[in-house]
Amino acid sequence: MKRSANIFLLSLPSLLWLLIFYALPVFIVFLFAFRTSDAYGGIGDKWTLDTVRNLFSPGFSAVIWRTVWLGVVSTALSIVIAVPIAYHLAKMSPKLRNIVLMLIIVPFWTNFLIRIFAWKVFLNPEGILRRTLVLIGLIPEETMLLYNQWAVLAVMVYTYLPYAILPIYAAAEKFDFALLDAAKDLGASSFQGFRKVFLPSISKSIWVAVMVVLIPALGAYLIPDLVGGPTSEMMGDRIAQSVFTERNLPRASALSALLMITVFLPLLLMTALKWIFGKDDEEEESRTMGARS
Amino acid sequence: MSDSILQFQNITKRFGSQTVLDNVSLDVGAGEIFSLLGPSGCGKTTLLRICGGFESPDNGRVILDGKDITSLPPNKRAIRTVFQNYALFPHMTVWDNVAFGLKIAGADKETITREAGKYIELVQLTGHEKKKPGQLSGGQRQRVAIARALVNKPKILLLDEPLAALDLKLRQRMLIELDTIHDEVGITFLFVTHDQQEAMSISDHIAVMHNGSVEQVGNPVELYEAPKNSFIAAFIGDTNFFDGIVESVDGEYCTVAIKDFPSLKVYNDKKLKKGDKVNLSIRPEKFSISSTEPRITDAHTNLLRGKVEEVIYLGAHTRYWVRVQDWRISVIKQHFSYALDEKNIRWDDEVWLRFEGDNAYMLERYTQEDENLLALPDI
Repeated sequence: MKRSANIFLLSLPSLLWLLIFYALPVFIVFLFAFRTSDAYGGIGDKWTLDTVRNLFSPGFSAVIWRTVWLGVVSTALSIVIAVPIAYHLAKMSPKLRNIVLMLIIVPFWTNFLIRIFAWKVFLNPEGILRRTLVLIGLIPEETMLLYNQWAVLAVMVYTYLPYAILPIYAAAEKFDFALLDAAKDLGASSFQGFRKVFLPSISKSIWVAVMVVLIPALGAYLIPDLVGGPTSEMMGDRIAQSVFTERNLPRASALSALLMITVFLPLLLMTALKWIFGKDDEEEESRTMGARS
Repeated sequence: MSDSILQFQNITKRFGSQTVLDNVSLDVGAGEIFSLLGPSGCGKTTLLRICGGFESPDNGRVILDGKDITSLPPNKRAIRTVFQNYALFPHMTVWDNVAFGLKIAGADKETITREAGKYIELVQLTGHEKKKPGQLSGGQRQRVAIARALVNKPKILLLDEPLAALDLKLRQRMLIELDTIHDEVGITFLFVTHDQQEAMSISDHIAVMHNGSVEQVGNPVELYEAPKNSFIAAFIGDTNFFDGIVESVDGEYCTVAIKDFPSLKVYNDKKLKKGDKVNLSIRPEKFSISSTEPRITDAHTNLLRGKVEEVIYLGAHTRYWVRVQDWRISVIKQHFSYALDEKNIRWDDEVWLRFEGDNAYMLERYTQEDENLLALPDI
């Protein structure tokens, strides 16, 4: 009794913090979606459902669809690239591993905006990449590398890849590579060992990486704004537009709420899936933990 | 020896500048338990890994059942390994671990059910199929590893220090169980261990390895009673070393002059000549110790006088350290009769040591540092 009271007291500050600076603002954003807007770009004093009704203007479903597919595909690509990197990182000699880990982390020391602008320079029509590709005839003269969905996708993968690598690497580092020897010994090819022994062993970290990448990817705003063209708008852009250009805060709130729901849905889905399929694992864990203590 | 199923031919392996295996050749007979025995760093594990396909030799060939498998990857060899830490797949149940090899081999469902069940029963784990390795005890995990390795019916089962992680009682139990399993499946076991008792109790043949070379191959009795050199003599069991010079040869026997000793009459199994240097190994239990002078009836019986320096009573036997001039001789006395009735030999007693000339063994090679193997480890 006393113990649980203590735990409650200890967690009270963080609970209050979350309540005041997270739950409450989120609630306010949801609330604003149902208010009228006033002439000066502020929040009016009447309730209305018009904003929500008008949300689905023509062309808007395309934005939602683009947001979802860019988010999902960039997440998938990040994971697919991150898993082999993490695998090899874990197998490397500690010396080389530290160097590679540094190379992965060092870009974080540079401002995010500057890194995106670096990509703009890199993908520029007059940039070295396009000119080289045209020169060796890999792409036709009129191909644009910048200001389209593919540029957005590339920069998103570039941005979120480290977030995928780090949790998967953390799991791969704990993986006992002797298990792959055992799999081979039992007749499995290297690929079979990778698929049937390595991947299942690090599956939890892959879920973590999916979460860590998918959520910010769905909310991306700067990347499509800077390297995307008018045809590669994402939800984040629409929200920014509503706030800065249209000066329509209720509309921005409604869009934010929608984005939040879009983000939370896969999260809920995944938790549900984990709860259904991962039940045995957790049971086993608690049992072995009990046996150890 | 039965027909050989596995041959190592002139295997040499270097890691950098270090030669781990130096021209090792071995013949392993079909169906036997063959042990690679040696102190850590002797190359036995590397040889096992070469056999499993996890290392490739710089030189030499591995022949399995008449076929050269030196360059085959592990998954293409009819050889399975029980790894030192078992390397069970932690995310799979006992059943899935055991069935893994069958599934990879593409066996049909019926075969998998039958075979996996059969081997789980063989290692007495029926009822534990749904558990994961984390829920098993050390002994159970090892048995899963054995079942998993046997399920594909390999020609050879490699066991890499399989008992090292278990405590003493469990180790003895598993030794007996391994022997039983071996009798049932009838395939060749190649057993790597640093523990000479393990090797002695389970093996048909033992190869004793030292510094990357095979020092001697033989059955346990041969290794113990007829060690080739001082390393084998000291590593397998316990012994006393004496060096001397052949004084005279008398038929099959010879007389050896050893510093501070009366001349010893020993069997001349190496056919040495007068004036040759000789190193003898005499096992502690070959001496008989008594506080009264024993009667000598045989021409080849030797007698030494000394003083007891140390007595260690161990129930079944007592170990004495007896000082004879500059020599400190280890002697073991078996208690054949009720020890309380015996006249006990105590510390500082003057005693007689008797041994038969047939029970000394001449070594081909003697190295001073092998005597360190006899010393108790530093604390």
